[in-house]
Amino acid sequence: MVSSGIVPVVITTFLASAVEAVEMVAIVVGVGATRGWRSTIFGAFSGFATLAVVVLILGAALSRIPIGPLRLAIGFLLLVFGLQWFRKGIVRVAARGFAGMGAADPNDSAEQWSGPGVDWTAWFLAWKGVVLEGLEIAIIVVSFGAAANNYGAAVLGGASALVIFLAVGFILQSPLRLIPRSFLQLVVGTLLTAFGTFWSVEGLGVDWPASDAAILGLLVVYAVTAMLYIARQRHQRTTLRAVA
Amino acid sequence: MNGRIWSWIIAIPRFLYNFIVGDDWTVAVAVLAGLIVTAILNANHIVAWWLMPIIAIVATGVSIERHYVQSPR
Repeated sequence: MVSSGIVPVVITTFLASAVEAVEMVAIVVGVGATRGWRSTIFGAFSGFATLAVVVLILGAALSRIPIGPLRLAIGFLLLVFGLQWFRKGIVRVAARGFAGMGAADPNDSAEQWSGPGVDWTAWFLAWKGVVLEGLEIAIIVVSFGAAANNYGAAVLGGASALVIFLAVGFILQSPLRLIPRSFLQLVVGTLLTAFGTFWSVEGLGVDWPASDAAILGLLVVYAVTAMLYIARQRHQRTTLRAVA
Repeated sequence: MNGRIWSWIIAIPRFLYNFIVGDDWTVAVAVLAGLIVTAILNANHIVAWWLMPIIAIVATGVSIERHYVQSPR
């Protein structure tokens, strides 16, 4: 088998891996900004450690991992949790606008972890985001490397995508602190709901129109839904005040 | 030592329950039911990608109304 040139393999693997890397970073940054960074980063590192063990053990046999059931399971968990934050974000933004959470809401547990020890919710979200997307990147690298008979170039492309987008995520985490947390929770809830919907359905073997680009469509649909629900809640509050 | 191990054994399913169900079980049930129906439709070669977004949107609306019933505006 003739090796493909290094540049085409690096570029192709980079582009394919970039999609997965963006999804991974979006989840980790979103959870970290909303829930706190310590446990999120711990979860992300745990995810990379899990990946390293899986990759070392399986090696080239990675491409035989049944990714469908994994996507379904992780997609389901992300979707049910994402919908909780989606709903809470809608209710909070409808109640307080973009003013932030202010005093703790006695009817809701605080979303930002302030206790000692590990916030296992943040850890789990970050861990499974890194494991699923990292596995997909690893499978892309193994598949492209095998097809091109050039594993080194494929690893370079995949690793470059991961490093670049992790750096972008690191740069973004500072400005994210300026965003009111109620709005941030709504944004991250929308993100998790979109990813969870996409992966869980894809895990069932259902094809999305436009493939990965369908995630963008889902983000738009859920963002519009949130705006409509917020407008409805605000209208109902105004009507109740007028009647009172 | 046994008490500590036992508390870990209980903690994991409790964590998963809170993670999945949260404060409204109807959403988790709706998502599960939606995925089952999607799987059935797909198995019968019916285009089914559109169902889960609709389920998510409707479940959110129902959950918001339930929230306001429990905590009036």
